[in-house]
Formats: sequence, structure tokens, C-alpha cells
Amino acid sequence: MANRKSKEIESTAMQHLLGIKDLDVSSIHTIFSTADQFKGVINSPTRKTPALRDVTIANVFFENSTRTRISFELAQKRLGADVVNFSSSSSSVSKGETLIDTINNILSMKVDMVVLRHPSPGACKFLARHVNSKIINAGDGTHEHPTQALLDAYSIREKFGDVGGKKIAIVGDILHSRVALSNIYCLQKLGAEVTLCGPRSLIPYQIEELGVKVSYNLQETLEWCDVANMLRIQHERQDVKYFPSLREYASLYGLTMDKLNALSKEITIMHPGPINRGVEVTSEVADSNQSIILQQVENGVAIRMAVLFLLAQSKLNKIIH
Amino acid sequence: MAKPRLILDNAAIDLIISRFALQIMEDQASDEVVAIVGLQPRGVEFSRRIFARVKEFFPENNLLYGELDITFHRDDVGRGEQILVPKETYLRFSTENIKIILVDDVLYTGRSVRAALDAIVNFGRPKQVELMTLIDRRYNRELPISPDYAGATVDSRSTGEKVKVDWLDNDNKVWLIEKVKK
Repeated sequence: MANRKSKEIESTAMQHLLGIKDLDVSSIHTIFSTADQFKGVINSPTRKTPALRDVTIANVFFENSTRTRISFELAQKRLGADVVNFSSSSSSVSKGETLIDTINNILSMKVDMVVLRHPSPGACKFLARHVNSKIINAGDGTHEHPTQALLDAYSIREKFGDVGGKKIAIVGDILHSRVALSNIYCLQKLGAEVTLCGPRSLIPYQIEELGVKVSYNLQETLEWCDVANMLRIQHERQDVKYFPSLREYASLYGLTMDKLNALSKEITIMHPGPINRGVEVTSEVADSNQSIILQQVENGVAIRMAVLFLLAQSKLNKIIH
Repeated sequence: MAKPRLILDNAAIDLIISRFALQIMEDQASDEVVAIVGLQPRGVEFSRRIFARVKEFFPENNLLYGELDITFHRDDVGRGEQILVPKETYLRFSTENIKIILVDDVLYTGRSVRAALDAIVNFGRPKQVELMTLIDRRYNRELPISPDYAGATVDSRSTGEKVKVDWLDNDNKVWLIEKVKK
């Protein structure tokens, strides 16, 4: 059984983690069961394992990040790996160095894996084709954010026992959200139903092609769902005005205690962070016991440990692209 | 491929389980807390049976039971062909100041036991750690490790042989299999 599983992982996209789209269901389940064990490790007195003591990992971030970066770094350190951090603002990128050159320079210092966040969609896939290293996507523009989707699905699995058959609403700025796209792929692969909800201007054209439902009415969506994943309004990616004012957005699509209390059942609230308190969710909702936002953050470390551990084992010379 | 040779049949294994259960009780000091910890994946079949046998003989005994996965502490992560996927660690007690008996089915190179010694201290500093194994394959050790309790010994210098343990409900068997020469 273990052998069969291993072979499946070997044959799939597990050489890199570029996105959920290319990941098969058995790999997702393997990541989850591995994360279960890492959760045990991070809750044990020592909180560490020496599993990746001979691996060096570079965290290369071309965009700002708090949670993802700390989460990756903690995951790496708890696995015993050596970590180097790189951020574009204090680097030679501002002197005109290309992405491939930057990464190749880092790799020539004997780095085994790269965790990359980049503002351009497809940057990770591009890099995976052109450099001899394992790449983990930590968010590429508006494209994918696979570890976030995995930890979201893992948190749902932890709360409900299974993701299959659950009704998940993704609410807010779908157009600019890599979290939304990765979540759609991941949740659907695990058998959940997904409904997107937000103002018409923030729902991508023909997104229904992915097999999701679209709703413009928050209250109806909340009544339908088991879990509501409230996305942040991504001001930094909005080049034009997509809605008249934040106040109007908050009143129509922001989640308040009143809206939750009006429902016939109790739903679970998730948020990938960072929260704009008072916009997509009020403080009251974010801090309520229906919210699993902090559990998501905790699970993020376990999921990233699992991804790093599984990926680090596939040999470098087997990378085929 | 040569025919697998039967080393231990069900009756012999059953006898070993009873012997080990009695030995554990005999060695236990009156005020001592002892825990049996099976090593994942194959040691747990053996450890569960030993624990059940102790409880059968001495229902009042306060023997603790756990299962330990050593994947994260192995020294060959990323070196083999296979991807290592961890199994469950079930240890609901602190190992601080108690006696631990690690249980595995076959002791071969000793590397799993080294990893287990590494893994067990994550749960506290045990007073003492012992090793119990169904089969001790002598002359194949790569580390200075030897069992405190061995069910049977297999003396083979050949690397082309494999010891296989079949755990079935009422028909446990240990086989010596000669691998096909390449």
C-alpha cells in the first residue's frame, strides 16, 4: 500500500508544487496524512524533527508577506533545514537582474529548494522549466497559492472530518485572488461544492466554466453554505475602481454578526489573512467562536512541513520538464 | 527464486509472545512504570500482541502502551528510491523518567532503532530504554545496537536474504526468503 502510494507521488507533479491544478487527489491525501503527523510533532515538547537537516531552502519573496513567509520559515526550521531569506526590495533585482539569474545565483550557493512568491502569474512554472531546483509556489500573482488552499482544505477536514460533500462559499475579491483559484481546484478535487459570491465586477468572466456556482447575494450564499471563506479586498492589485466605496462593499458583502445571527444554522468562518477588519469581516465575527482563522494559521505550518518533507525526498535528477 | 524457508510457525511465535510478556513482568520493579512502544509500521503488530498478552496474564498491571513512527528521524530521507510517508505516532503519555521497551519485528542493520531512540526523547527523558525484537539477524548490524529480548536469531551473512513476518489473525509465520540474484 505504502509502495503504491509512493509511486503515485513520484509520477505526479510532486517534483515541484506549482499549483493545485496539476496535483492529483492521492497526493493531496498524502500531504494531509503527513501533516497530521507533523501537527503531532509541533505540539510535542520539542516541536522539531531533524528530518531535513541536510537540506537548504531559499525563501525568495518578490512580494510582501507576513503569514506565508513566517509559516514557511517556521516549517523549514522545525524540519531542521537551513534557511536563507531573500526579499526583492533589498536585492540586486532593483539593479536589473533577471529572475532566472537571481535564482541561479542563489542555487549556485548549493541551495536545494526554492520557495517563490512573485507578482507575475506563472512565474513559478517558468522558473521550474529553466532552473535545476525544486520550486514551491508561495503565490504567483493572481494565479495560484497552493499551500494556502491545502491548509484551508485541511482546516475544513479537521473541523468536519471530511471535505467531500461540504458546501463552501468563497466570498469577496475573486478576480484578484490566487487563494480563490487554488481553493476552487483543491475543494473540487476533494469533492466539495463551491459557490463564489461577490460584486459582479470582482467575479471573473466565465468562472462558471470551472464548475462553480456564482451568486451576487451574500445572505442567500451564507444560508446555503457550511463554510464561508471571506477573501480580502486586494487594493494593491486593483488598478481601477471595482466598487463605489469600501463602505458600500462592507454593507453588501462584509460579514457582520447580524448577518450570521439571521441564518438558520451555524456556519464556519475562514479567512486567509491579512484581515481588513470592518471590511470583509467585522472584528466581532473574526474573533467569534465560529471563526477558525487562527487554526488555519496553525495548520499552515503543519501543511508546509508536509509539503517540504515530501518534496525534499524526490531526487533532483528526476526533475523532468 | 529459492523456496521460502519457514523459521517460526504460529505456535513458536505464540510461545515467544508469552515468554516476553512474562519476562516484562518479571523484570518490572514494584514501583516502576513501564511502557511498551511498538515501532511503525511492522513492529506494532508484535507490540499489540505482547501488550494484549500481558493484560491477559496480569489484568491489574498498569503497563502503558504506545506506537512510534520514526520516519522523521531516519538517516536516509531523500536517499532511497521511495518517498517516505509517515505512519501514526500514538503516544499519550510522557516518557519522562519511565522505562520504555521498544518493540520491532526484525532487528537488522539497527538504523531504525537508532532513529527510534532519537524519536522517543521528543516525548521526555526516559529512565531506561530496552529493545525487544522477534527476530535478531546477527552479523548484519551497521550500528552498535543489540536487543535486550530476542525471540529467535537468524545468523546470515548473506545480503541476498530477507526475513519476512506474516501477521495474520491466528496464523503468524516468519519466513527466510532468498532474493533473486541480479
